[in-house]
Amino acid sequence: MSKELFKTVILKTLPILTGYIVLGIGFGILLEKAGYHVGWAVLMALSIYSGTMQYVGVDLLTSGASLITTAVVTLMVNARYMFYGVATIDRFKTAGMRKYYMIFGLTDETYALLCSSTPPKSVSRHTFDFLITLFDQLYWVIGCILGVLIGAAMTIDSTGVEFVMTALFVTIFVDQWRESREHLPAVIGVVISVVCLILFGADRFLIPTMIFITLLLTLIRPILRRRHGEPSVETMKEEGTEESVHLESTSERKEERT
Amino acid sequence: MISQTHALGIVAVIAAVSFGLRFLPYLLLGRHTTPKYITYLGGVLPYAIMGMLLVYCLRTTTLTVYPHGAPEAIAIALTALLQIWKRISLLSIVCGTVCYMVLVQVVF
Repeated sequence: MSKELFKTVILKTLPILTGYIVLGIGFGILLEKAGYHVGWAVLMALSIYSGTMQYVGVDLLTSGASLITTAVVTLMVNARYMFYGVATIDRFKTAGMRKYYMIFGLTDETYALLCSSTPPKSVSRHTFDFLITLFDQLYWVIGCILGVLIGAAMTIDSTGVEFVMTALFVTIFVDQWRESREHLPAVIGVVISVVCLILFGADRFLIPTMIFITLLLTLIRPILRRRHGEPSVETMKEEGTEESVHLESTSERKEERT
Repeated sequence: MISQTHALGIVAVIAAVSFGLRFLPYLLLGRHTTPKYITYLGGVLPYAIMGMLLVYCLRTTTLTVYPHGAPEAIAIALTALLQIWKRISLLSIVCGTVCYMVLVQVVF
């Protein structure tokens, strides 16, 4: 890799560098507190590579969740990844074997970055996309390792540090609320969860919650369609937000499919 | 702590399902298009699920005994307000967490 290309990739991924290091540290501290050593952090950062699910994963490990619960929770939490796959098909399909790693590495942040950046003239699009994906995961792995090490060395009282997960979800919730014109799904998510928590208790409410959320979202589909046309992530987003930037190929594909 | 095998199983399932979701369109598209219903669910689920995860984080907070969920309420309000005002996720997360730690260790 030329020095210039290296510099370009670092500059492009700089916002993700800070974000992943800090969030990775948060995860590492939680994992260390749950009694898992640095090898587990590396394993999870390399194989799962999904911030939200790694945070939730610490809880699943602590509570000894069944594999079925784990699968259902992952399916619901990460359902959005399907769209990153759809949106990148045309862009990745000629990338050869590197394609599989690039698909694996489609996190929220990497997807957003790939959507909004163009490679320098001297390198191919695929090489550029591949390097961005690789560097992002590298930052994440480093952050997770640092977190465990910091967690183990921390001499101050760490009571309450688990709130980092709540805080992360609050910021995502606020961002989603602002970028969407339709708040019904978010309201349904909160209300159904609270009702199920009261009815089924803290250890058992997750699966019924997800069933009822899916049912209710299915029922309100005609209402949302009347308000917004066929609702999708795109049509419900406020215009002009960062998230509405898409890969060039997305619009073509959509036309082709509708 | 759960057994090593169980823990490895949990990590493997999360990894497999996450990659499966990212890879699914590559398997399906090309042969036929994604069903409209799936597209719809994928569009609205993230909003509902983030609400669920928030409640999930707070599932062990008890409102009936002291301090009645006050540290959580204050720290969440601070995180949300910072995020609405400054829009810098890392700032909101770090301030919210430090605020919560101070509240549960020193104040309540």
